[in-house]
Order: sequence, then structure tokens, then C-alpha cells
Amino acid sequence: MKTLALAIGLSIPFLALANDPAKVERGKYVVTVSGCNDCHTPWKMGDKGPEPDYTRMLSGHPEEFVLPPAPKQQGPWIVSAAATNTAWAGPWGVSFTANLTPDAETGLGKWTLRNFKETIRTGRHLGRGRPILPPMPIPMYKHFTDADLEAIYAYLQSIPPVKNKVPDPLPPATTVAETKR
Amino acid sequence: MRAIAIAIGLAAWLPIMAGTTPGASALPPTLADTGFYDLPKEPFEPNHPLWTDGATKSRWIHLPPGTSIDKSNPQAWDFPVGTKLWKEFAFERAVETRFIERMADGTWRFATYAWNPAGTEARLAPEDGATLESGFRIPSRADCLACHEGPVVPVLGYSAVQLASPPVATGALGYFHGNCGHCHNENALPGTGFTLAQPGANPAVSAKFRAQAVARMKSHDALFRMPPIGVQVPDREGIRLIERYLQENP
Repeated sequence: MKTLALAIGLSIPFLALANDPAKVERGKYVVTVSGCNDCHTPWKMGDKGPEPDYTRMLSGHPEEFVLPPAPKQQGPWIVSAAATNTAWAGPWGVSFTANLTPDAETGLGKWTLRNFKETIRTGRHLGRGRPILPPMPIPMYKHFTDADLEAIYAYLQSIPPVKNKVPDPLPPATTVAETKR
Repeated sequence: MRAIAIAIGLAAWLPIMAGTTPGASALPPTLADTGFYDLPKEPFEPNHPLWTDGATKSRWIHLPPGTSIDKSNPQAWDFPVGTKLWKEFAFERAVETRFIERMADGTWRFATYAWNPAGTEARLAPEDGATLESGFRIPSRADCLACHEGPVVPVLGYSAVQLASPPVATGALGYFHGNCGHCHNENALPGTGFTLAQPGANPAVSAKFRAQAVARMKSHDALFRMPPIGVQVPDREGIRLIERYLQENP
């Protein structure tokens, strides 16, 4: 039964929505008020200033938006953000917000609920890989309840998939100097 | 960055010492309290040890009297309730002893104990881990789970593959099993379709593996290096082993 559900979920992500509308609705609410779109949806310039581009909702840093090196940190100004709000430079290096849509190759399409929960709880990619970087508020989000994380996951698996391969993060300049990548 | 890690580690230490961190207070406060000195225990040596910055390691297992391990599934040995395992890490002197215990409800708990410089006592390490003066990193409790909850059974060094005689895997494949397979397996990362655990690992056929494995093992960049946890000093012998494996398996 689980295999069947998984197969359907993977091949037709939209159907996952039909499984538990209340959970998806709750997930949409939590995602909305927790500010996920602030960084994971690219921003564009609108009539009244920058605004989220919902045609690319939650698809992370646009792969075609290739950035020049980040400005040098000066004095207390230690963080800079790109115009899309999807790339952030700071003492940790440069982080690019992830594609949270259910695209199988570039998003969370192949992630299991367990992968998602462990990522948020541990602050590591897929729960066991590299650290998730600022400004992702892991120290706060790791306190989400199981029910909230399950709802968020259900919602994210229900939204339109966007094919967008987000670049890997860049290490701080000092690390680059001593590392052959 | 290291200073930050220490600061975080110390900040986490205080509530544990005061017994106010939920869950943490339930863990035995010292290594002695785990039964390390009082219980009968057997030393063991896995076929494919994990590289941990060159530490010398000693391992022991305790099974409650009259119990045994159900080995009917070679991929997932079923350990009796009350099983305890310890693993000591030493750089000239003991620095850390890690501890796993199977609880009455079948779950496992994980803790690690940091030795004082005199070697007279090991106390429960901070929940967020700590970085020692030497640069050696005592893992956080979340990091314990990241590796040990990857496979179906969280005991990594005491298994059919790790104790088989003669070993079921040799050379690079054994190295992958012991160093990478606890995360790169179908249980932990089913979406990747890529395993480095035995049986089954055949990474030579993966273009991504061929392109990145050695570079990741050599890297000092925490965002790029593999393994991402528990290693800060690249394993030069291991790297040579993998380079040879890739040459021999074009």
C-alpha cells in the first residue's frame, strides 16, 4: 500500500493533494506565515517595489541568475542579499535558497517525509549531509511539531513543480584559498 | 568559526549540567553511570573501521546475561533489550567514549562522554557537541543520529558485514561500507538511487561519484567534503584506496 501511494505520489505529485486536503491546507498556512516565500520565491520589481514572483513560487534561487562575487563585508555590514532575495552572502560564504517544489530532479520530488523532517530538525541537507546555511532559520524551525512538518511537506509536495537547479553554496573566501575544489 | 562552535557548545553545556534540557537529563551523567566499569563486556574489531581523523579506537559490547542477538536477517541484526556498546576515541590519551543502548521499548539512545585531561572521569558531552583544543570535534546528539539512524539498525560496527570472516567486501568496497554506507543506503536516502553500503554497492558506474568522490574526500570545505560529519582530517590512505579503485574500474 505504501509502495502504491509512493508510486502515485512520485509520478503525479498533484494527486498527493487529494490524500489529505486538511493537511495540505494547514501546510499552506504554516508555509505562508512562516515566511518561506520571503527567500524561497524569487522577488521581482513591481509597481510598489520588490514583490514575490509567484509564477516561480518556492522554486529557490533562479539558476539563470548568475551572480558576480559578493561585495566585500565592511565593518558591521556583514550580510548582503541579491535582488531576488534568493542569494545571501555572509561570513558563512554564499547561500542560495533551495527549490522546494516537487520537481523530481531539481526540487524535493524524491525527498521522503523523513528526509524533510530530518533536514529541518538537524539543520543538515537530507538530515545527514552538509549544514544548511543562514539565513535559513533552522534554530527556530527545528521546533516545529511533527504535525506541522508533515503538513508543510504535504503542501510542498502539492504545489506546481518548477524545474530549476539551484547552485551549490560557496564557501567563505578564506576556505576557498586553502581548499582545492 | 571554531570560537563560535565552542561558544555554542558551552552554552548548551550549562542547561545539561543543570538538568533542565528535556531528554538530556535522562542520559547517564557519567561514563561510569552507563555501566562501563561494572558490566561484563566483550571487545570487538570491525572489518571496515570508520576514519575519524586518525583516532585510535577501542570498542566493547555488553549483552544482558542469557540474551543473544537474533541474526536471522543478515542486513539487520536484532539486538536484545539492554544491549550496550561503547567506543573509545584516543589521541595518545582517551578523549571521548561514545555509548549506544537499546531501551525496554526497543528504541535506542545515544550519548557521548568527554574525558578530563587526567583521564580519571568522562562526563556527558554537551547536546550540541564541542570542539576540543586539538580541533577534534565531539559530535552533537543530532549528529549521532545522522549516522546511526541511517541504516535500519543503528549499530554500525557490529554487523554481519563488519564481523564476517573472511570479509564479504574488501578494499575500496569495504571502505565505502564502513565510511559512507551508513548514510548512502536505500533506507536513509531512498531518492538518490545510490548506495555505498554492502551488499550492492557498485559506485564505479556512477559518473557523479567518479567526478566528485576523491575531491570531496580531500576537501577541507565543510560544505563540500565527505563525509560531512566526524571528519576534519582527510584520510590519505583511504583517498589512495579510492583512486586505485577508480583506476582499476574504468
